[in-house]
Amino acid sequence: MIHASAIDRFLNTFGSWALALLWGLPLAFAIWTAIHPAEFEANFELLAPLTTVNFVKAWEAAPFARYFLNTFILVTLILACQFFLGTLAAFAFARFQFPGRGILFGLVLLQLLVMPDILIVENYQTMRFFNLVDTIPAIALPYIASGFGIFLLRQTFMTVPKELDEAARLEGASTLGLLWRVYVPLAKPTYLAYGLVSVSHHWNNFLWPLIITNSVETRPVTVGLSVFASTDSGTEWSVINAATLMTSAPLLIGFLLFQRQFVQSFMRAGIK
Amino acid sequence: MFISPIKRTLGAAAIAMCASTAAFAEDVELQFYFPVAVGGAAADTIQALTDEYVANNPSVKIDAVYAGSYQDTVAKVLTAARGGDAPQLSVILSVDMFTLLDEDLILPFDDFATTAEDKEWLNGFYPSFMENSRTGGKTYGIPFQRSTPVLYWNKEAFKEAGLDPNTPPATWEEMVSMGKKLVKKNASGEVERWGVRIPSSGFPYWLFQGLSTQNDVILANNDGNKTNFDDPKVVEALQYLVDLSGKYGVMAPGIIEWGSTPKAFFEGQTAMMWTTTGNLTNVRKNAPFDFGVGMLPANKRRGAPTGGGNFYMFKGSTDAELKAAFDFIKWITGPEQSAKWTIATGYVAPRPATWETDAMKAYTADFPPALVARDQLEYAVAELSTYENQRITRIFNDALEAAITGKKTPEEALKEAQQKADAILKAYR
Amino acid sequence: MTRRIEWVHAWLLLLPAMVFLFTFTHLPAVRTIIDSFFSTARGRRKSVFVGLENYQQLIDDPTFWKVLANNLWFALGTIPTSIAIALVMALWVNEKLAGRSFIRMAYFTPTVLPLIAVANIWLFFYTPGFGLFDQIATGLFDTGQHNFLGNPDTALAAVMVVTVWKEAGFFMIFYLAALQTIPPSLLEAARVEGAGRWTIFWRVVFPLLMPTTLFVSVNAVINSFRLVDHLFILTGGGPNNASSLLLFYIYETAFRFWDTAYAATLTVVLLVMLSLLAIGQFFLFDRKVHYK
Repeated sequence: MIHASAIDRFLNTFGSWALALLWGLPLAFAIWTAIHPAEFEANFELLAPLTTVNFVKAWEAAPFARYFLNTFILVTLILACQFFLGTLAAFAFARFQFPGRGILFGLVLLQLLVMPDILIVENYQTMRFFNLVDTIPAIALPYIASGFGIFLLRQTFMTVPKELDEAARLEGASTLGLLWRVYVPLAKPTYLAYGLVSVSHHWNNFLWPLIITNSVETRPVTVGLSVFASTDSGTEWSVINAATLMTSAPLLIGFLLFQRQFVQSFMRAGIK
Repeated sequence: MFISPIKRTLGAAAIAMCASTAAFAEDVELQFYFPVAVGGAAADTIQALTDEYVANNPSVKIDAVYAGSYQDTVAKVLTAARGGDAPQLSVILSVDMFTLLDEDLILPFDDFATTAEDKEWLNGFYPSFMENSRTGGKTYGIPFQRSTPVLYWNKEAFKEAGLDPNTPPATWEEMVSMGKKLVKKNASGEVERWGVRIPSSGFPYWLFQGLSTQNDVILANNDGNKTNFDDPKVVEALQYLVDLSGKYGVMAPGIIEWGSTPKAFFEGQTAMMWTTTGNLTNVRKNAPFDFGVGMLPANKRRGAPTGGGNFYMFKGSTDAELKAAFDFIKWITGPEQSAKWTIATGYVAPRPATWETDAMKAYTADFPPALVARDQLEYAVAELSTYENQRITRIFNDALEAAITGKKTPEEALKEAQQKADAILKAYR
Repeated sequence: MTRRIEWVHAWLLLLPAMVFLFTFTHLPAVRTIIDSFFSTARGRRKSVFVGLENYQQLIDDPTFWKVLANNLWFALGTIPTSIAIALVMALWVNEKLAGRSFIRMAYFTPTVLPLIAVANIWLFFYTPGFGLFDQIATGLFDTGQHNFLGNPDTALAAVMVVTVWKEAGFFMIFYLAALQTIPPSLLEAARVEGAGRWTIFWRVVFPLLMPTTLFVSVNAVINSFRLVDHLFILTGGGPNNASSLLLFYIYETAFRFWDTAYAATLTVVLLVMLSLLAIGQFFLFDRKVHYK
């Protein structure tokens, strides 16, 4: 800013860096322990020898490849369903007049507060009823109709100019054709921003998957990590942190590469 | 029929052989859930043992499922059972016996141990491990991955403090007096090394049970429906634990984390620690100093809890399946198999016969500390186990934590815990 | 398109989403309330109607009151802090400071790391003696050991710090996106009129960020009742429930004690609290802000 004095600027730079170092400390520690032998977990000597043995150990000690695959399937499944269900519902709320609209929208918004994460007891019983306990769909199902997603897409669809809508209708587009050719392309930034939030949320989700899974074939990485880390013998930070880095790497790298686009898509999506 | 008489005879002979080795003839498929609480290698050992059994018994197929932690495994079994699809056998915490009985899921082994040989096998386990496996005169669990806490000490620290590095404390008084010598303070009076470390996070009742047993008191009856939390001897044991960090100043104050205890030991932050025998391999690999392993110190008597998992057999399977499951459990707890398991994991072999095998003898000759746990079994007792077990132990843990952190006196905390436990358990009397 | 056909189209479009919403949100919420009036079924006993017995148990349960109080402190401690830090972060990252992209990355990394995994890292930080915080404290000030997690007076605060660390970077993104849509001409105009930085922030920027603040605070409220992953590693709710939260207690009751009826009763309390907070929140904020 123009009037910012040099001292002011220095203080801001200093403050922002101090906070950044503080915030980055856990990741820095994870990297430190993962690439050094276990005896340097608590001794931060600059010249400690480097090693990859922790990664090898972690990889061999638990089926992380399988956990990875499970998480990947889970996140893809959730995202695809959220987009599909959310788009249809949001379109209805944005551009249709029908009885019950207000009440139904209220019920959708209710899910912003009463999230499935809180209803673990009943949802577990539902899954048992459908005989879905310990399956990947069971982890995904409570989340695929997302109140947040519907709300967000509705806000975006409402900003689509009426003229575009009418022009397409005059050309004889069907309801679904209109949605697919006019609304969806214009909402791309919203899909991107929402997709990123959804992926990082479900990649890291723990409690519900912990409850509903109990085998290697279904467990996502978060639950796999916790099973792996909670042994009766002591906590081995070097190996656990190596595992943490391996399992978070895709998201971390993804964000590093796309951080600018990430913020911009939030901006354009109007999530603010 | 075109089968030649010779073939027919051969076939019959083969069936007879199968029958004589395994006591059943038809093909059966078993589901076997197991937890692992000591790292991934244990799962491979169980899988290898299962494969070996199946190779020798072609008519049996065993689907061994690594179900995660103990918590995951019992959840998986309960879910499957409620859906009418219980496994035939599973390893679950020995203390979950009453819960499984309450859910009406498990079968007594006595019904299957019909021959004299079977009965002998059933009686061949260490009695202290069987305490958690029997109730009402019946055996519901077969000890498998069982452990007990022991004392580890840092010999170098002992030397430094002018103590004999080969003699750990034998009594409560000695643990305090030696602990006082072992505490090391820096120039400004801050402690750099504590005397002893008895972790109290998560499940403090387990190690506390060492103290209460040493004070000659049992925490719960054998029917699992009455606790003795407010017994004066329990109060006294808790007072001792509280005094270790308060009055005597030989242990760090507050709740002591279980998971970081071995690391604190390696880092020289404590000269002694109480933890499971399951840590033997870990300590052997990572301690940068000479260490000793000994029995827990005694007070009125020696004493320690047992812990870990038992085999259970579940209702809802056919007789042939259950017979096969019984045979498998008998086999896997046999001397050679059990020796392999103990050497791979550090769990205490649950039968004297196992310790007599050549493999175990070679192992203990190479690493004598492994014998400490076995010798301590003589003094060990059942791990705290009741109906609604998790809830009752939670109540007890809360009371212990309240006393350790100085929020309540031991007497007050334990009295409350007893009242709460009574309120829940009266339904089972 | 006639009106009837439009209705049918709209309902058809809504049908799939509504089916799943009802199955996994609305029906379970209603069933939770119903189940709270029944006893838990055990293998040998069936579930029976018990009226208000579970609620009586709730009122007599000191752990419940403890956990409820903890959760309120947890909400009070984490919501304003994480929002304020997020805003400061966004303001900093929005300026052209040296190393901006590194700073932005550092602020955001907690969002992509699973809480269950970073809890192990924080466990090390908090460890008395050789833990990072104690090493720094002894190195700089020569103080004694601190048992942050093992002391009932500090355990909840220690857990709150981890939560704020985890959340602030995520909220920052929303503020950042909002800040970048504020037209520079508006700020320029204010400056021309001689407004100082503080005045500009409080009179121009902050009011423009109001919708974001509402959105973020809704999220923060939900998270204060939802984020319990780190408790599994850090404290297990201890010592003596000093750091336990409502959802963690619900988990324990349902999946460790297997008492689903009482867990349902606890969930009802959580639902009531969230509804009250929702109502309160909409009253608290300027009515112009709400979305319609």
